[in-house]
This record gives sequence, structure tokens and C-alpha cells, in this order.
Amino acid sequence: MGKIYDVAIIGGGPAGLSAGLYASRSKLSSIIIEKGKWGGQASTTEELENYPGSMEHPTGPKLMERMKAQAEAFGTECVKDEVIGFELSEKIKTIKLTKSEIKAKTIIIATGAQPMLLGAPGEDELRGKGVSYCATCDADFFTELEVVAVGGGDAAVEEAIYLTKFADKVTIVHRRNEFRAAKSLVEKAIANEKIDIIWDSVVEEVYGDGIVEGVKLKNVKTNEITDFKTDGVFVFVGTKPISDIFKDIVKMSDKGYIITDDEMKTSVEGIFAAGDVRVKMLRQVITAAADGSIAAIAAEKYIENNFEH
Amino acid sequence: MLELNKDNFDAEVIQAEGTILVDFWGTKCEPCKALIPDVERLAEQYDGKIKIAKLNTTENRRLAMAQKVMGLPTFVIYKNGEKQKEISGAENCTPETIENLIKEFV
Repeated sequence: MGKIYDVAIIGGGPAGLSAGLYASRSKLSSIIIEKGKWGGQASTTEELENYPGSMEHPTGPKLMERMKAQAEAFGTECVKDEVIGFELSEKIKTIKLTKSEIKAKTIIIATGAQPMLLGAPGEDELRGKGVSYCATCDADFFTELEVVAVGGGDAAVEEAIYLTKFADKVTIVHRRNEFRAAKSLVEKAIANEKIDIIWDSVVEEVYGDGIVEGVKLKNVKTNEITDFKTDGVFVFVGTKPISDIFKDIVKMSDKGYIITDDEMKTSVEGIFAAGDVRVKMLRQVITAAADGSIAAIAAEKYIENNFEH
Repeated sequence: MLELNKDNFDAEVIQAEGTILVDFWGTKCEPCKALIPDVERLAEQYDGKIKIAKLNTTENRRLAMAQKVMGLPTFVIYKNGEKQKEISGAENCTPETIENLIKEFV
């Protein structure tokens, strides 16, 4: 019989990496499976000023690299692969990967969330041609150009400020008349001479011949449509959970977020969820990391109560 | 793997005969960097069947923009210098989708 891990963690962002760290420090054997980039969404955030202790050079990629190294230093295994299915009828759970499978006593789901789309015509066709969801990845291209940032949360305002380091002008388009973002960020944005704000408006269409040339904006109060010339559209209108493969396994909200209790237990014994993928009030690196640590300790308790030593 | 830049892009891609897959990446694009080992593996696996090259857009921004690439990661298939198909964005570019793109043209 092959190796049976105490904890198998799906997703290598801050929730998964923290779960790995806490599991391995509790002397549980643990493995993290990541299909894309280690660090998840946090690895595409250049400025991570709200993570305690990250005052100097608070870049997402650096912090995530250190989180992974720390989990590995205590014995967590990290593998790059994709989960394609499960076998959960036995007490020992099986996770099917593309070419192999993993057996574990517990599973921690830490698959996170991904950016939501605008759903406007032209958005999909012009992706990578001026439509972007990652300022860190693509800001360079807009040096000395003008861009629109859509959204009103922390991500939108923070990334708009970041974009001013490259673009000549950044126009924030927000569907309400005030921001949801942290006040300190909003003050910084308003004080920034390169930032303009268009309130009460949504993007109706992105257009351009092979490359973004402009957007059609609709004022949600007057329904008036205006044409706005721009070279780029950065979309930060929230996120959606990456939870499709768990649909028939654990209980979820209408929007597909996994429901847990405050020990991160899902509706299935021995399966936990942590980070952005679960129903919660605040989706941040710090709350993801906290979830991960709680899930690992809850998994340890579950193993103590359900498996012989 | 072949590295493209403004000096060799024309000869290797635009004037070249046959099919080439170009990986447009950048030094600050974490999803792009995460894909590079997979792209290198595919380049070895499909050696002799399709040419696979990478282009660092951080160093060759104007060249990328002239190819209408303004977002990363982006993978473009050229055949006899003409763009055939491309995929763009971290969610759309995975080892599987890149391999499928290659298979479509070999």
C-alpha cells in the first residue's frame, strides 16, 4: 500500500501554504497540490501593504515564495498537478490527479477564487489586447498610455494606484457613488493627480479593432451611454470561487462558496475548507492564512479522534 | 528553447516557413513564470514537430505590442509568418490548453 498522508491540501495560495505549515509543525504528513502558480492570487499583487509585518518591500510574490519555503522547511511536500476527481466512500480519501493519485486521512480545500468578468461584449475577444485582470502582469504595456480600472473595492483602488506608476492617466469606473475600499486607499487615490473617477457607471461594451480602443459607459442613474477612449481596461469587479469539482461533494452557497463552521469543517467529515473559497466576510491574505492554520489544527483533532495511532 | 527578441523575431517568425508557437511572457508575470517549465517540457516533447520559442515582453515591449499582445500570459501560433490562433490570460493558459493548441497545428 502506498503512502497515506495525514493531510492533503488542494491549492497553494496563502490558505493552503499556511495549512501546510501548521500541519507539518504538528508532525502531520502533508502534501499541497497546486495546478497553477504557487501563491495564488496573492502572487499577482505587487503591493501587499495590509499583511502585518510586510512594511518594507511588501510584494505578493516575495511573501508567497517565503510562505512556500517555510512550509517545505517543516516537511510539507509541494506538487504541481491538477485534481481531476475523488474517491471518498472509504475512510481513507483518494484524490485523483492527472497521472497519479494521493491517499489521505483528511482533505483541506484551499482552491481560492478567481477574478470575475465584466460580462460585457468585447471583453473576451480583447483579452490580452488591452483587457486585463492582472495589473502586475500587464501594467508595463500601458507605459505612457491611458487606462480604465473598473471596480470599487480594495483591489480596484489599490491596483489603480499601482497602474499610475506606468500609465499617464487611470480612470476608475465604479457603479456606485462611493468606494467600498479601505479609507486610506481611497484618500491615496483621490490625492493622486493621475487618477480620475467616474461614479455611478458600468462598462457596457469594450471595443477596438484587434486592440482596445475604448469603452461604452452607462450611467446607472440616467441610463445615458457615453463613449470613452482608452488603451486598456483593467477589471477588478470581485471574484468567484474555484469550487466546481466539489459541487456534488460538500455544501455550498448559491454562489458556489463552500460552507464551513468556524473550525473550517465542511458538510463532509474529514474535509475542511480554508481561504477565499469558503463563505466568509473578508477575503484577504491574512484571513486566508488564518483559515489555513485553523483547518490544519481541526484536521489534526479529527485524525486523533478517528484514527488509531 | 529559442529566445526571441527584436533582432531575430522577423527572421524566426515572420519570414520563417512552418509553424511556430510563441510564449509571450514577462519578468513580473508570475503565472507566466509558473508555466515556463511546462513550456520547456513541451518544446522537448514536440521537438522536430513544431518550433516553440519564448519572448520576454518586459525587454521587448514594443515588439509585443506590434504583435497586438498587451496582456500576459499569451501564446500565439504563427504559420508561415501569419497569426493562426492565440490564447491569453492566466485562467486560459494551462499546460493542457497549451498542449492542445500545439496538437491542433502539428
